[in-house]
Amino acid sequence: MSPLIEVRDVGKTYGSVVALADVSTVVNAGEVTCVLGDNGAGKSTLIKILAGVHQHDRGRFLVEGEEVRFSSPRESLDRGIATVYQDLAVVPLMSVWRNFHLGSEPTVGWGPFRRLDRAKGRDTTKAALAEMGIDLRDVEQPVGTLSGGERQCVAIARAVHFGAKVLILDEPTAALGVKQAGVVLRYVAQARDRGLGVVLITHNPHHAYPVGDRFLLLKRGRSLGSFDKGDITIEELTRQMAGGAELEALEHELRAVEK
Amino acid sequence: MSVAVPSQPDERLVKPRLWDRLVVRPEIGALLGALLVFVFFSVVTGEFLSPLGVANWLDDASTLGIMAVAVALLMIGGEFDLSAGVMTASTALVTAIFATQVGLNVWFALILSLVFALAVGALNGWLVMRTGLPSFIVTLGTFLALQGLNLGVTRLVTGTVQVSGMRSTDGYESAGMLFASTVNIGGTDFQVSILWWIVFAAVAAWVLVRTRFGNWTFAVGGSSLSSRAVGVPVVRTKIMLFMTTAFAAWIVGSINILRNASVQANQGIGLEFQYIIAAVIGGCLLTGGFGSAVGAAIGALIFGMARQGIVYAQWNSDWFMLFLGIMLLAAVLVNNTFRRRAERVRR
Repeated sequence: MSPLIEVRDVGKTYGSVVALADVSTVVNAGEVTCVLGDNGAGKSTLIKILAGVHQHDRGRFLVEGEEVRFSSPRESLDRGIATVYQDLAVVPLMSVWRNFHLGSEPTVGWGPFRRLDRAKGRDTTKAALAEMGIDLRDVEQPVGTLSGGERQCVAIARAVHFGAKVLILDEPTAALGVKQAGVVLRYVAQARDRGLGVVLITHNPHHAYPVGDRFLLLKRGRSLGSFDKGDITIEELTRQMAGGAELEALEHELRAVEK
Repeated sequence: MSVAVPSQPDERLVKPRLWDRLVVRPEIGALLGALLVFVFFSVVTGEFLSPLGVANWLDDASTLGIMAVAVALLMIGGEFDLSAGVMTASTALVTAIFATQVGLNVWFALILSLVFALAVGALNGWLVMRTGLPSFIVTLGTFLALQGLNLGVTRLVTGTVQVSGMRSTDGYESAGMLFASTVNIGGTDFQVSILWWIVFAAVAAWVLVRTRFGNWTFAVGGSSLSSRAVGVPVVRTKIMLFMTTAFAAWIVGSINILRNASVQANQGIGLEFQYIIAAVIGGCLLTGGFGSAVGAAIGALIFGMARQGIVYAQWNSDWFMLFLGIMLLAAVLVNNTFRRRAERVRR
C-alpha cells in the first residue's frame, strides 16, 4: 500500500531565498509524522505545500501514490488533506456550530430557497464533538469564548468529521499551558487511532515524542533526516533540534558566566 | 459517521432570560435608539405621528435604508465601499442619458444601467481582492473617478450638469409604477420605495443568517484567512458583496430618476458616510464579522425620523449633525462593549 502522503526531495524558493531544499518523508495511515525544527527551519513552507497554499518548485509530492500539485487549499481539502493552523483555526465571532460546518454547510431546500439546516448543523456538531470526547455546553456560543485548547480541539474534530485522511496540525500546542497541550495531544492520538495520517508540526520535542511515529528534523530549510521512533531517543531528538554541538558550547559559556 | 442526537438542551444551561437573549443581538442598541427618537418627536411635535408625517419620515429613511442594508452586508464581510453614494447618481445618470439622449425605452436603459452598476461593483471587488489593498483606498479611488465621470460625461452629452426630460420618454410611466409610484393607505400616499426598503432588508436578513452565502459573509469578515483554509471561496464572496452594494445603488438611482424625472450630476456625494453610519448604528463592527441587516435598516429609520422630526419641531437643521454625531458615538461605544462580550477569551 502506498503511503497517504509522500514527498521526495521537495524544494521551494521565494525569489533568491531558498526556503526548503531536498526534504523527503512519508505519512502513513494511523501514524503521526512529526515535523520538528526551530524558527525559520522551513516547517511552515513544508505544510503550506502540503495544504495547497504554496506550490513546490522542485522534487515530487505524491498523494496515495499519485503525483499532485495543488493550486488552492480547496484542492488539497478535496483530496482529504485538512490543515488546522495555529491561530487561524476558527473565526472567533462565529458560533461553534457555524465554525464547525464552515465551508461544508448542511442545507435543505432547492434553488434560491436553499438554506442552512440549522438544527442538523447543531446536532451533528454536538455529536461529532462528543465522539471525540469533547463536551461543550452550548454550540451556539461564539468560538471566541472557548479557550485556546478547546478551539484547536473543535478544529481537529471538524477535520475528522468531514472525512479527512490526513490531518496537518501547525503548532497546535504552542501558546498553550501544559495541561491544555496534553488535552490537545490526546485528540491527536485519537485522530491517529481512527486511522488518520497526522502531520504534527512543533518545536517542542517533549510534545512530539510521546505521540510521534516518525520525526522529520528540519534546519535552515534542509532536512537533518527522517527517523523512525525506534531509531532515535528523546535526548537525541532534543540535542539534534537544538543544534547539538552549538548547545554544548552555549552550556560551557553559561557555566563560565556563573563562575 | 456521526450519530444523530436529538436536540435537547444541555442540563448545565438554564434557559436564558429574554433580556439575556436580547442584549447579545447586534440590532438591540439601534432598536432602543429608534424607540427613544420615535417617542421624543411624537411628544414634542404634533405632525410627527400624523399619517402624512409618518409617510414623510418613512420615505426619507427608505432610500437611505436600502443602501445601508447593502453596505452593512459588505461591512460584515469586512470591506467598505466609499463609491456607494456617488453610484446612486451614476446609475440614475446612465439611465437618464440612455433614455433621453439616445432615445432608448426606459426599461432598456434601466437594464443597461444595471449592467453598468454590476460591472463597477465587480471591478471594485476585483481590485480590492487582486491588490490586497484596503477597500477604503480602492473605493475612494472609484468614488473620485465616478464623480469625475458623472460630471464630465453629463456636461459632454447635455452641455449642462443635469439630465432632465425623462417624462417624455418611452416606458417612463410603466417603469415609474415599479420604482416611483405611491400606495394609498387610509387617505395618505406612501412611496413605493418604502416597500423596496422593507423587502430588501428582509431578503438580506434572511440571506445573512439562513444561507451558506450569509455564513460565508460572516466568515470572510471575521477572518478571511481561516475561511480560505476551510474552503470558503473568499474572493467570490467578497466580489458578490461589492456587487450587491452596486445593485442596491441601482435600485436607489432608479427610484430617484423615475420620481424626479431629472438628475444632477453631483448628486449622492457624501451619502456614502451616511450609509456607513446607519450600518454602524445598526450594530455593524468596523472591523467586520459582526452585524445585522435589520439593524442597518433600523439605523436608517433613526436617520429618517430625526431628520424629519427636527423639521417638524421647527428647529434649525444644523442640530441634525450634532444629533448624528452623538448617536454615532453612542452606537460605537455600545457595539464595542458587545464585541468584547462576544470575543471574550477564557485562556
